[in-house]
Amino acid sequence: MTRARFLKFAGVALTIAVAALGLLLVIAHRSAIASVERPDPRSFDPALVARGANLARIGNCVSCHQAGGGRPYAGGYPIKTPFGTIYGSNITPHPDAGIGRWSRAAFARALLEGVGRDGSHLYPAFPYTHYAGVTDGDVDALYAFLMTRPAVRATPPANDLIPPLGFRPLLAGWKLLFFHPAPIRTDISQPAEWNRGRYLGETLAHCSACHSPRGLLQQEKRGAGAYDGGWSGGWYAPPINARSPAVRAWTPERLETYLRTGLSRHHAAAAGPMGPVTYNLARANTADVRALARYYAWRMRDAPAAGVEPPLPDRRALAQRQYPSGARLYEGACATCHESGAPMIVAGRPVLPLGTPLHEDNPRDTIQIILQGLRPPVDASGPYMPAYADAFTDKQIAEIVGYLKSRHGSGPAWKDLQKEVAKAREEGR
Amino acid sequence: MIELNVNGSVARADVDPATPLLYVLRGDLGLHAAKFGCGLGQCGSCTVLLDDRPVFSCLLPVGAIGDHAVTTVEGLGTAKAPGGVQRAFLHEQAGQCGYCIPGMIARAEALLRRTTTPTEEEMRTAMAPSLCRCGTHMRILRAVRRAAVARGGGIVDPAEPVT
Repeated sequence: MTRARFLKFAGVALTIAVAALGLLLVIAHRSAIASVERPDPRSFDPALVARGANLARIGNCVSCHQAGGGRPYAGGYPIKTPFGTIYGSNITPHPDAGIGRWSRAAFARALLEGVGRDGSHLYPAFPYTHYAGVTDGDVDALYAFLMTRPAVRATPPANDLIPPLGFRPLLAGWKLLFFHPAPIRTDISQPAEWNRGRYLGETLAHCSACHSPRGLLQQEKRGAGAYDGGWSGGWYAPPINARSPAVRAWTPERLETYLRTGLSRHHAAAAGPMGPVTYNLARANTADVRALARYYAWRMRDAPAAGVEPPLPDRRALAQRQYPSGARLYEGACATCHESGAPMIVAGRPVLPLGTPLHEDNPRDTIQIILQGLRPPVDASGPYMPAYADAFTDKQIAEIVGYLKSRHGSGPAWKDLQKEVAKAREEGR
Repeated sequence: MIELNVNGSVARADVDPATPLLYVLRGDLGLHAAKFGCGLGQCGSCTVLLDDRPVFSCLLPVGAIGDHAVTTVEGLGTAKAPGGVQRAFLHEQAGQCGYCIPGMIARAEALLRRTTTPTEEEMRTAMAPSLCRCGTHMRILRAVRRAAVARGGGIVDPAEPVT
């Protein structure tokens, strides 16, 4: 290429780049919405506030909008993404630190379109891709609820993202690719309870934000891959569709119990990020939780266990031969609680062979439960599983996990367990 | 024969590798500070240090320990020459019946080896796995604050100042 042709080529490329950036800025532009005086909390109808409180619990808002040891809705919880850390914002009605100056219209635009009051685009860690389907009445209720919370002066840390992701107009490009909200229409072939469950589950409860796989740019898989299982906070959120690995059927009744108590004696205790979900659902409207259970049990209606609940062979001798040191560690550290007749089992905790994590296609949840322990998230009375992160090395935990999978698990064998333990430690921090 | 590094010296015990460390400490080595409470990792009275971390010795098979260092309260000081955390517990009279105290001391020691300037919340989180049925928690927390100050640190946002 001659020098002249190169310069011409570079000039064209630069022009295209500038034009693209200009176009992005045009597409990305949103006007600020004028600030208002903080609405008087007494101006909101108490019934509307109560309705909003229920919806906020179903939405599990507080999980991301409250830091450990912080005040509810005051933000600061670190959400780790492959691109860095995003901190939940302060959504109390504090006029400076929170959303006290946001009008109802500004709040609705943030919730439904992912645009802040000042016109800047919000990161999709805030799941507006789901909230886009929230009804106007429910937006009113959530606004009334949040505007009547105590105003907290607390500013979350600044986001820590790899360049150039701090440049928010780029999010307009992400939205062009992945944010195509469609209204949730009533399916008249299904009962009202199912429709209610679908509305709540697909919008505010945003279950698929954790239970669906994500693509390179963190967009959720929709359609056929939806609910195929995903990752959250160092834990694995198993598939909740026909690929559910559970070895006992998720009936609507069992799922309702699980969602309201954080414990299913046929499956597992809610662990990791699912713990707070059940903690909040335990405090939500019973009919709404029943509706969620009905809808998600329907989503799992074609799962293997929904047809035939498989026998659960105890391959103790085989596992002992394959993992002799894992067997010894199990005898000393686990057996007192996990063998039949142990106090945990008597107290209604699920027995190991039923535990869904042992039937998942990866070892992450089994490892995290051993590393971090497991405290029943709703009713903290009764026995809990202590954490073993400080007691055992990665190699020892890998041995125990191998033994458990071999003895009680199903599905493909897990590989590279020691590496998996190291990774789980790192990502669960 | 299992060989263990306990309180800085080598100890030997002829036991099954699956035997919990607590049984070996109490039954074979005559170290009675760590207590049997529930045997299920629920109460913390058996807590000892494995290297610098707190572990439930009732749920730790001796075969898993290898050459990691085990430290019990006997290794932190004696009645005549109590260690820093022990002095703080004595000063605050943190023990009522005393059953949980060796576990509490081990847990406090582990926390202060990790950081001498924890936050109040970090301190409480670190101490939470140990239960005290007498209800002396407030005195125990005061003792931990005192021990942190004695080590040149302190709780960064103490609920009560050390006096």
